[in-house]
Amino acid sequence: MHIMEGFLPWEWCLLWYLISIPVVAYGVIRIKRITDEKPETKPLLAVSGAFMFVLSSLKLPSVTGSCSHPTGNGLGAVLFGPAVASVMAAIVLVFQALLLAHGGLTTLGANIFSMGIVGPVVAWLVFKGIKKIGWGPSIGIFFAALLGNWLTYITTALQLSLAFPIPTFGEAIVKFMVIFAYTQVPLAIAEGLVTVVIFDYIKKRRPDILKKLKVIGPEEEERIEEAGVA
Amino acid sequence: MVDIKPIILLALVAIIVIVPFTMYGGLGEDEGYFGGADGEASDVIEETGYEPWFSSIWEPPSGEIESLLFALQAAIGAIIIGYVLGYYKGQDSMKNKKQKK
Repeated sequence: MHIMEGFLPWEWCLLWYLISIPVVAYGVIRIKRITDEKPETKPLLAVSGAFMFVLSSLKLPSVTGSCSHPTGNGLGAVLFGPAVASVMAAIVLVFQALLLAHGGLTTLGANIFSMGIVGPVVAWLVFKGIKKIGWGPSIGIFFAALLGNWLTYITTALQLSLAFPIPTFGEAIVKFMVIFAYTQVPLAIAEGLVTVVIFDYIKKRRPDILKKLKVIGPEEEERIEEAGVA
Repeated sequence: MVDIKPIILLALVAIIVIVPFTMYGGLGEDEGYFGGADGEASDVIEETGYEPWFSSIWEPPSGEIESLLFALQAAIGAIIIGYVLGYYKGQDSMKNKKQKK
């Protein structure tokens, strides 16, 4: 999902920056508010950020024969909301742009938009939706992380097709979708599974914090407590 | 009792990662396999005649240095996750000990 340094015309760089900056700024305010009001959630905030750090550093092979990577944006988005995940994504992307020549400073806004805004918003909505229809939080987090990852890459494909509609937008999108969307399917599933593992562990140890963050309801907490006693 | 759910899930992840290796066994970067999707996209863009107007301020001088920095990124994340989850586990076992007394 990294659009390489200099690979977007400057007008597009500017546009994506203009969209991303307010979201990241709002995320910083959110983080401040969350850590002030619920200081006991700080370790989980660190875990969510660290989770994104780890996952986005792993480049995995896919069945299409090319390599791509997980994004890790589902966990933070579900636990703390999409804006907070945007801040985490911004940190990861700056690290990778400066030290790894992955992505870049000119394309930072565009990359934050895909990995830090669209992905987390989708993950957050999917989790809420699945909670609403009454499925368990593990299933919710699986689909949240899976779709958060996948939509991040779809967004990149769209961004590139918008900037390079050569010869037409339709043909460009097919080309970029082939590169990103197919490759990403198995990796998105893998990311979903890994996110379930860490989420289940957090849920088992600290259901109280998840409840405070309104990630799980009171019934779910009781069920875990009972299971713990038995 | 050992919780087997995470073991099964992680085994599935391992299978997903291993399958491509067996599908394209013996093929390498020279044959066009296992390259990055990001790079592929850049190639498509360059084919249209577009010239990148800005290049990275700094690039890892070699593949070795790049993997060093990637490993560092993963290590920073992993140590934080391990620290916090271990702390939670410790808190839990302290709580259990107190309850038994």
